[in-house]
Amino acid sequence: MRFVDEFRDPEIIGKTAEEIRRLNDPGRHYRFMEVCGGHTHAIYRFGLKDLLPSNIELIHGPGCPVCVLPMGRIDDGLAIAQDQSVIFTAFGDMMRVPGTNGSPLEHKARGMEVRIVYSPSDALKLARSNPDKHVMFFAIGFETTAPSTALTLMRAKAERITNFSVFCNHVTIIPGIRAILDSPDMRLDAFIGPGHVSTVIGCRPYEWIAANEHKPIVVSGFEPLDLLQSIVMILRQLRGGEAKVENQYKRVVPWEGNRAALRAMAEVFELRPYFEWRGLGFISQSALRLRESYAEWDAERRFTVPGVRVTDPRAAQCGEVLKGVLKPAQCKLFGRECTPEHPIGALMVSTEGSCAAYHSYQHRKELVSSIQPVA
Amino acid sequence: MAHGAGGKASRRLVEGLFVPLLSPATPQSLADAAQVHINGTDMAITTDVFVVKPLQFAGGSIGELAVNGTMNDLAVSGARGQAIVTTFVLEEGLPTSILEAEVRAMAEAAQRAGVPIVGGDTKVVEHGKADKMYISTTGIGQLLSGVHVDPASVRPGDKIILSGPIGDHGITILLARGELDFEADLNSDTRCVFPLVEALASAAAPGIRWMRDPTRGGVATSLNELARDCGLSIALDEELIPTRDAVRGACELLGLDPLHIANEGQFLAVVSPEYEQAALNALASTPGGEEARIIGAVREKPAGCVLVNTRYGGSRIIDMLVGDPLPRIC
Amino acid sequence: MCLAIPGKIVEVIQGSPTLGTVEVAGVRRKVDLGLLQDDMPKAGEWVLIHVGFAMSKISEADALDQMRTLAMLGEAEQVMQEVRGYGLGEGESAAQEKPN
Repeated sequence: MRFVDEFRDPEIIGKTAEEIRRLNDPGRHYRFMEVCGGHTHAIYRFGLKDLLPSNIELIHGPGCPVCVLPMGRIDDGLAIAQDQSVIFTAFGDMMRVPGTNGSPLEHKARGMEVRIVYSPSDALKLARSNPDKHVMFFAIGFETTAPSTALTLMRAKAERITNFSVFCNHVTIIPGIRAILDSPDMRLDAFIGPGHVSTVIGCRPYEWIAANEHKPIVVSGFEPLDLLQSIVMILRQLRGGEAKVENQYKRVVPWEGNRAALRAMAEVFELRPYFEWRGLGFISQSALRLRESYAEWDAERRFTVPGVRVTDPRAAQCGEVLKGVLKPAQCKLFGRECTPEHPIGALMVSTEGSCAAYHSYQHRKELVSSIQPVA
Repeated sequence: MAHGAGGKASRRLVEGLFVPLLSPATPQSLADAAQVHINGTDMAITTDVFVVKPLQFAGGSIGELAVNGTMNDLAVSGARGQAIVTTFVLEEGLPTSILEAEVRAMAEAAQRAGVPIVGGDTKVVEHGKADKMYISTTGIGQLLSGVHVDPASVRPGDKIILSGPIGDHGITILLARGELDFEADLNSDTRCVFPLVEALASAAAPGIRWMRDPTRGGVATSLNELARDCGLSIALDEELIPTRDAVRGACELLGLDPLHIANEGQFLAVVSPEYEQAALNALASTPGGEEARIIGAVREKPAGCVLVNTRYGGSRIIDMLVGDPLPRIC
Repeated sequence: MCLAIPGKIVEVIQGSPTLGTVEVAGVRRKVDLGLLQDDMPKAGEWVLIHVGFAMSKISEADALDQMRTLAMLGEAEQVMQEVRGYGLGEGESAAQEKPN
């Protein structure tokens, strides 16, 4: 696969890992946070921790839109779809996320019309071909995904497709990063910046992290070489006492972002005054809702939603894991009451949530002191 | 639904409910077919029910799956399928042309596999009570001499052989449903693998420890079951696992792992190191076995786990599937 | 939010919206090119695909540049080691010759 396989070249990976070892100060304990859930997933999928010196610790950040979605919002979305004439559509990621009375798939088993879509435009297509039903798209995602929802809504409006609405849970990444940095028990040395969010918002929005917080941030791609190169770049900055924003993912991320995408978002969405992030609490100006001009396509305005707040059990220490204060295995519920099959807290519900990823890909490995090669 | 998907939930249902109630006295581990001894003759018997949507897809149809699936369950239990009986559950209003097409498909598949379909039953249920058609097949076969499959015989150092590329069937079905709007030049790999198993047995019977056909839940689920059953660990080399480009592309696009995707024309075998070369040669020189590969080995630790090693020194655990593989965007 | 894959545009279908048939290792799908309207891609170009929309064009030049940079890793250090091996001492210019 072009633009994928080259960045998985074993020889160059070896060289880059060697460079990391060369730049590494073994007397120091580095803590780098990768903000984005996709990076968390990539780190585990490619076994990248095995290639890093043991004094470099990767902390998993809050950039997992499924993880930070409060359970009450899932309940709200499912409540709308209780009406038999409503089809609940969402990405596959949402299908097993538990609401108070079960996940979307469990609701499907009980008779609700639930469909997985790959794209918001597929949900709109469903609305076009099912004029006697109402199609509600349960939108999640950061700024990577919001523009696609926005464009879809613009198309719905232009074509006057009225049997379509969006239940909007889009969140914005910068307030999430700010919440981490504002936390008193946070100790991070640098950030591996979100790659695909940055194709939309560009690299400028991260400048305050370098300027005010004096922490290096390198916007990174998702292949093994991308992540390793980003760590090289961070180490170089730290060695030189620098703190700046760098773009490792140049082949895809424009420094100024995607103007057309930002325009579409501005046309359709506005910022909510505040929004609850599961595990982190209420954060101001951190989420999007549809503008008045799109009220007709706003599921929250067309339908009555219960709007009940559901809190996680006290014992779930998601907030501390999210902020990098605790490692997943240090939460008392990890691996016992809380597993990927029976998730209790935010970080277990999505495959890229820190706890779920750690549990699935790594946990049992750590019970063995060394992994032997196959042949 | 998760209980039918072949992974953890299915296993819990079988182990937790069916086995204790239906066959508490039988000490057999959960294999693809059961062995019965009738007046000194060793036979294998297996049953399966086929539910697939759509009924027809690139490279096959439900009827073909039904015949090949049962023959394959017998094959990986070390048996030559000798007879099949089948049951149809039909939804009222199903066009006869569809039924006829599937019966033809079954007849052709049975002929290719060299097995007679000797009997069957049909029931019609109300409209809406069956997804057009469900087919159940029960097969009986004779055990090949010298072949003993038993997870308890697996040892560290044994090698894992895979008969060919993975993921073709599951991805073909996913694309055939049309919901995701993807197209690819891909076909289901449905076929009867008995000729390959027979070739393997001729060359390496004393070295065969275990076999399985990785259907729902994919290679990852089958190997996790093995790791659990034998209490050892399996280490796979990712770069050695044969995967077609289109399967890889679809999996990357949808965030799926080919190791979790269903196959209907492949099988896994664990063979002792002494026989690994003979085994591989036998498969490679049998039509349909050219893409067989050794993909990994059995290790002592971490017990009960399957590990995937990347080309560049990293590794990850791969677990059994919980429910069907779901596309993701995150 | 993060799963985005490089794909090659094999055909652009003008319209409202303008779509592109994109191919990834033989798998094809129509994606919406609306987010790239300021700099529409052409057939043969590569784009990053996320939830059925093209997010960004992929710069081959930048990709090659990255690979070249990484491939050279360790080479600069090797050159330095070689130079140090000449016994000229730290801090001295390589051009100076040691007196006999």
